[in-house]
Amino acid sequence: MTKRVVITGMGMVTPLGNEVEQVWQRLLNGESGVGPTSLFDAGAFPTRFSGQVGDYDYLADLPENVRDKFAPAGRNCRFMITAALQAWRQAKLPIPIAADSIGGVPPADRIGAYLGAGEGQVDFDNFMLANIDAWQADKKEMDWRRWAKTAFRQMTARCELEQEPNMPGAYLSRLFKLRGPCMSCLTACAASTQAIGEATELIRHGDVDIVITGGSHSMIHPLGVTGFNRLTALSVRNDSPTTASRPFDKDRDGFVLSEGAGAIIIEELECARNRGANILAEVIGYGSTADAFRVTDQHEDGRGGTAAVRMAMKDAGLSIDDIDYISAHGTGTIENDSIESKIIKNVFGSRAYKIPVSSVKSMLGHLIAAAGAVELITCVLALRDQIVPPTTNLSNPDCDCDLDYVPNHARKAKMNVIMSNSFGFGGQNNTVIIRKPPVDF
Amino acid sequence: MTDRRVVITGAGVLSAVGIGREQHFQSMLDGTIGIDRIRAFDPFGFPSQIAGEVSELTMKDIVPRAYRKATKLMSRDIQLAVAAADCALRDAGLNTKGTNPDGPIDIDPTRTGVNIGAGLICCDLIELSSAAAHAIEDGKFSLRKWGAEGMNELTPLWLLKYLPNMLSCHITIIHDLQGPSNSITIAEVSGLMAIGEAYRYIVRGKADVMIAGGAESKVNPMALLRQCLIKRVGTSYNDKPKEASRPFDRDADGTVIGEGGAIVVLEELECARRRGATIYAELTGFGASYNFSDDFVEPEPQGTGIAIALQKAMQQAHLAPGQIQLLVPHGVAVPSHDRAEVNAAKTAFGSCLKDVHILATKSRIGNCGAACGAIDMVTAVLAMSKGRIPANMNCPNPVENELKITNTNSIDADIDHAMVSCYTYGGQTAALAISKMK
Repeated sequence: MTKRVVITGMGMVTPLGNEVEQVWQRLLNGESGVGPTSLFDAGAFPTRFSGQVGDYDYLADLPENVRDKFAPAGRNCRFMITAALQAWRQAKLPIPIAADSIGGVPPADRIGAYLGAGEGQVDFDNFMLANIDAWQADKKEMDWRRWAKTAFRQMTARCELEQEPNMPGAYLSRLFKLRGPCMSCLTACAASTQAIGEATELIRHGDVDIVITGGSHSMIHPLGVTGFNRLTALSVRNDSPTTASRPFDKDRDGFVLSEGAGAIIIEELECARNRGANILAEVIGYGSTADAFRVTDQHEDGRGGTAAVRMAMKDAGLSIDDIDYISAHGTGTIENDSIESKIIKNVFGSRAYKIPVSSVKSMLGHLIAAAGAVELITCVLALRDQIVPPTTNLSNPDCDCDLDYVPNHARKAKMNVIMSNSFGFGGQNNTVIIRKPPVDF
Repeated sequence: MTDRRVVITGAGVLSAVGIGREQHFQSMLDGTIGIDRIRAFDPFGFPSQIAGEVSELTMKDIVPRAYRKATKLMSRDIQLAVAAADCALRDAGLNTKGTNPDGPIDIDPTRTGVNIGAGLICCDLIELSSAAAHAIEDGKFSLRKWGAEGMNELTPLWLLKYLPNMLSCHITIIHDLQGPSNSITIAEVSGLMAIGEAYRYIVRGKADVMIAGGAESKVNPMALLRQCLIKRVGTSYNDKPKEASRPFDRDADGTVIGEGGAIVVLEELECARRRGATIYAELTGFGASYNFSDDFVEPEPQGTGIAIALQKAMQQAHLAPGQIQLLVPHGVAVPSHDRAEVNAAKTAFGSCLKDVHILATKSRIGNCGAACGAIDMVTAVLAMSKGRIPANMNCPNPVENELKITNTNSIDADIDHAMVSCYTYGGQTAALAISKMK
C-alpha cells in the first residue's frame, strides 16, 4: 500500500507578482504580466516582449546567516529561493531542518528536493566578447588561444556555476539543510510537472516524507530568445504584447516567453497531520510518457500526451467523469493547442466538451521549466475557491479548438478533482492530478 | 509490487579507452590510459591541455536509415548518448525499431522508458561565432544587428541541439520507447542518478524495461574553461598525460576532463527470465543525499552526504558493509575532494573498508561529467560478471594506507556485491548497489 501525498505549502515568483494570493487575484481578473523586454536590448529581435519578473529585494527574505553566501545566486536560483521560502513558511517548516526529528518534523535525511529547473542565464556580454574576439573570418576558424585569453579575463567561476541546472536545488538543500535526495530534471516545458510527479512517487513509496518541489527558469536572455525565435515558436505580436498569448484562439501565433518559479511542499499525509500542517490539496495521480515521434513536432494524434493523461487517471483510480477542470499546457502555438484539444477528446470522448479547460499562460506567458509548478499552484487555489481561472485573449476559438476554454472571464464551478498537463519539446509528456482535501483532514 | 526485482541485461559504453563494453573493459584490464593532449581544439591557452577523448563517431552508421536526417541535430553529447543506447540495446539482444528497423520488435513500447542524465551542453562556438560575425558594428558585437541579421545565420533548429532532454528524446524516437521518460540534470551525478530513478520506475511497476545512463563531453573550450574557473583541473601534468589523472594518489593535482556515454538496460527480473536474457547483475539498492558546501564546489570535508547515500543504498539492498567487495567511487583526483570521499567511505564501511577493493576509473578516461557514474556502473557490472577487477593506475601512494587499491595489475575476484558512488559540484550525491544473480 503506497502512502498518500498532500500539499502543505506553495510559493511563486511570476511576471504578475511574487505573492501567491496577489497573483491569483490578478489571474482571476484576467490581467496580463506581459510587456516589452527590458532585460536586454531586444529592439531588433523578431520578438521584443516577454513576461519578466519585476525587480525585488531578493536578499531581504533570506535568513541573515546565508545572505553573503547566497548573494551571487543567478536569476533562476533567486526565483527558486524566493518561491521556496514562501512555501516553506506556509508549510510551517523550520530553517534549518535538524538532523533528528523534532516536533513531528522529520529528520533531514527524510526531506528532499525535486525540481524541474532550467539552465541559468548565460554571461552573454563576456561570452560573446570572447567569441567575437577569437573569430577568424578569413579561415572560418576560432583562434582558441585568443578565446582562452579573453574568456579567462572576462568570465567568472560563479557566473558559470550558476548556469548549472542542479544549482537551484543545491541552494534549497543548502538553505534548509536537507540530507534527502536533491534531484533535478529538465524535460523542457514539462520539467516542473515531472518534478512534482516524481517527488510524489518518492513519498508514496516511503523514500522520504517531505519534498520541496516545483521549478524555476528564465530564458529571457539573448540566446534563449534567439533559440525560440529561430524555431518560430514565439509570438511576434510586438504591437500588442498583452494580447499576444492567445491559447486556443484562431489568431494565435506562438507562445510568449516568461520567467519565474513555483515551489510546492508535498508531504506524506500522516506526517502533515502529526505536525499540524495546513493541508491544501492531495496529489492523487501522475503520468509520464514519451511521444517517441519527432524532436521537432508533437505526435499528430497526441499519442504520448493521451497516454500520459490516461496513465495519470489510472494511477489516481479515476474515471472520466471525475475530472472537474483541466489546467491546459495551452502554450498558444498553432500545434500545441490543437493537439492538446485532441488529446482531451481522445481521453474524455463526449465528456470533453463538458469539462472546463483553461490556460493561465494566456496571462502569465510560458515559464518553460517553471510553468507546470506555477500552474499546479493555480489548480490548488481553484479547488480552494471553487473558481476556474480564464483563458484570456480568446475571441475566436480555432476550429480545431472546440472545447470549453473558459474564455476571458473566471467562472465559479464545483470542483473536487483537477488535472494539470505539461508537454515538453522533444515529446516528453506529464500529467498530475490533485483533489480537494477531504473534510476529515 | 514491492517484490519486483530489477536486473541489468545490457550495457553500452563509449570512453577514451574503448567503444562498446568489451573494448572498454579489456582496455581497462590491459592498463590502457586514454588521456592525451587535446585534439578537439587547440588547448594551448588553457592551464590544462589534456583530456580523455572518444574517437570520432559516424552517426549515420549508428542510427537507422530513416533517422539519418536528424543526426544534424545531434551535438556531441547527444551523439554519445545515442551511440551508447544503441550498444546497450544490442547487447541486451532487444529488437527495437532502432536495432531491428526492418524486422519484428520484441519490446512493448508503452512499457519501456528512458531516463538519460545530461550536463550543461554548450553550443558549438564556431557556429555561433560565425553567425555573430554578421552582427558586428563599429568593431563590436551589436545586439540590434544580431536580432535583425546575425541570428538568421543559425540553423532554425539550432536550440534543439543543446536542450539537455534531447539525449532522452532522440533515443525514445529511434527505438520507439513510449513509456516513462525523464532527463536528469544534476551535473556529474546525472548519469548515476538517472539509473537510480529508472530502477525505481521498474520497482514501482511503471515500466518493465528502462534505458538509463548518461552522456557528456567536457572536451570543448567552454566546458574546460568552466572546470578551470572552479579550480578543479590539474595543471602540472600537461607533458605527462598518461600520469595526469591520479585519483586517491598523494601526487594528485586535479581532475582531467573527458567525454563519454554509458547506458544500461534495466529489466524486471521475470521479464528478463521469460525472454532468456543474459543477466549481468541485479540492482538492489539506491541512495541519494546532499553534501553541504559553502561555495558549492568543495565538498564538506567529512563527505557526510556521500556517506549517507552509501548507507541508504546498502540499507535498501539489505547489505552490511562487510559484504561489499568492490567500490567504484567518483575519484576525481582533486586532493580535497578525494579526501572527503575517503572520509565518507570510512563512515559508511567502518573497519570493513580495508577489505573493499577500490577502483577509480578516471585515471584512464578522465572526468566525463554527466556520464561519470554511468560509466562507473557499467565498469562495476563488467567486473562482477567477468570476475576481474582492473587496476587503478596512477595510484602508487594512496592518500590513506588502509585503502585496498591495486595499482598496476588487474586481479581475479569473485564479486557478489559491489557499489558505485558519485557526487557533484552543487552538492548532490548518489550511490547504487549491485549483486550477482545466483
